[in-house]
Amino acid sequence: MSIKENFVVSKRYNMISMALMALGILAIIGLYITTHSGKGTEDEKAVADVRFWASLLQNSVYFLLIVNASMFFICATTLAWGGWQMAFRRVPEAISAVVPVMGVISMAILLAIVFGDKHNIYHWTDAEHVEHDKILRFKKGFLSKNFFTGITLFTVAGWSFLGWKMRKLSRSLDNKPLASMAEAKKYIWNNTVWAALYIVVFALTIMSSVPWLWLMSIDAHWYSTMYSWYTFASTFVAGMSLIALFVVYLKNKGYLEYTNQEHVHDIGKFMFAFSVFWTYLWFSQFMLIWYANIPEETTYFKPRAYGPYSGLFWTMFIINFIAPLLILMRRSSKRNYTVLTFMAVLIIFGHWLDLYQMVFPGPMTDPKTEVTHVPMILWDFVIALGFVGLIMFVTGKALSKAPLLARNHPFVKESLIHHT
Amino acid sequence: MSVKKFVTGNFYDEAVLFPAVKKTRRAGYKIHDVYTPFPIHGLDKAMGLRDTSLHTAGFIYGITGTATAVGFITWALTIDWRLNFGGKPFFALPAWIPITFELTVLFAAVGMVLTFCYLCQLAPFVKKDHFNPRSTDDTFVMALECTDKTNEAEAISFLQTIGATDVQVQYKETEWWLGRYDKDTKRFEKKETAEAAH
Repeated sequence: MSIKENFVVSKRYNMISMALMALGILAIIGLYITTHSGKGTEDEKAVADVRFWASLLQNSVYFLLIVNASMFFICATTLAWGGWQMAFRRVPEAISAVVPVMGVISMAILLAIVFGDKHNIYHWTDAEHVEHDKILRFKKGFLSKNFFTGITLFTVAGWSFLGWKMRKLSRSLDNKPLASMAEAKKYIWNNTVWAALYIVVFALTIMSSVPWLWLMSIDAHWYSTMYSWYTFASTFVAGMSLIALFVVYLKNKGYLEYTNQEHVHDIGKFMFAFSVFWTYLWFSQFMLIWYANIPEETTYFKPRAYGPYSGLFWTMFIINFIAPLLILMRRSSKRNYTVLTFMAVLIIFGHWLDLYQMVFPGPMTDPKTEVTHVPMILWDFVIALGFVGLIMFVTGKALSKAPLLARNHPFVKESLIHHT
Repeated sequence: MSVKKFVTGNFYDEAVLFPAVKKTRRAGYKIHDVYTPFPIHGLDKAMGLRDTSLHTAGFIYGITGTATAVGFITWALTIDWRLNFGGKPFFALPAWIPITFELTVLFAAVGMVLTFCYLCQLAPFVKKDHFNPRSTDDTFVMALECTDKTNEAEAISFLQTIGATDVQVQYKETEWWLGRYDKDTKRFEKKETAEAAH
């Protein structure tokens, strides 16, 4: 039986991704022009400037984290000796190929913010201010430019290298079937070791240091031990939605013949379960702060849940919790491609909003008057579309480079006969 | 009380059982049930069973739990006995979420277990007939129900051709009765009554 193993990027697909990227670049230029028109006082200029950089920060970090979630998915299932994902494993592999590209972009933006002294975003970069600030002086070892740069480099390099290694291991079997049981065992062991290494790097970065440095340090006085887990849950559920979107797209184009409703159902379960997990972390963070009601902690939720961002905040809560809970709970909706696609788009948008309300209240606060406002979100949305185009473009290229079925992997049969 | 006539066969391999189930359905025999020592993924689908409604029941129990928790705490803390906890509002919803969550889980879990037992007719001192005790150990047992039109000899040879071993004709009670598994309490005189009836 012959299957359509090689993905061919259609002209339309390429055109859409190019158009989205062009739109994104135009939006970046447009936003730069409107925020750097040179009117107003020095303070107003500084606020306008960080509004531009905050937009780039939020978009690039968000999309880097969700494409990286694909590699986490691969490594976690590899460590669990899961076989069910084999039928569509090349899809998350291809998505994770975007990590180096997005990583370099994010790193450039982050370092530009840190070394460009955008104090309204990271006010711990202001050396003079830190000297007079007791809390920030205490955190100087962690919140320093050198440490930030080191961790950022380590993160992007680690994710890119280990992801590349995992993809290479997977593709090494395409033209060279495993000859014996012993060889197969060795192959699985090899995979396990590299996946475990990736998970260790993942734990040291996204599950702890990276969200603290990249996002939480925007509100440098405030801290939450839940924050990194929360960010991970947010980006993982969006990452699973991204995988679902690509799988459904390829199914509709007649690829992935061996991936059926059973596999899509399991991806839907991940989306459902991690939406609930995200809510659990969201609530654990919110409830303790709400209950203790200590001023230094409530400053975080003041502009978000009760201030100018409250509309955004509760909208994203409904999108990210209530909608997946009620819509994805039914078995039939997880097996319905239309419903799942709709929910995947909604979840990716919802968590983008989540990151939006995490990033923006800090930079959008006037340092003198302490007044926070919500910027024109449409700019950020169009810039986000540009990043979506980039992800589409690179993923499409990566998909077309290798066969869509890892046909010589020892666990492939388990996936073909998968039942839920 | 309804004693029926069955033709049963044993299977030792999933790879034989699945095609056998399909062939049996295609041949038009009525599969009473397939007994297995462990859950087999996809067998329910192969047998053409409808999806269980257990999860719908679970959802209703869960919603009941949520409503009970929120309703009771609201009544207690905003109407019946107002208390000021650290200056919080009387209607302090975030603080109640953990309890609401746990009552939801409790109602859903207990309700679903009881419903499951009811649907499977499992309870202390409820006894049912077994076709083959080995179906709780190491074999899969398929039971075909004999209707008026079933040709017994044909059914036996059919089961043998699709890979069943130890094919037998059995008369079994399909309902439950009060009894114990460690004691042989026969409520019905199965064989004679059934044969007399036929």
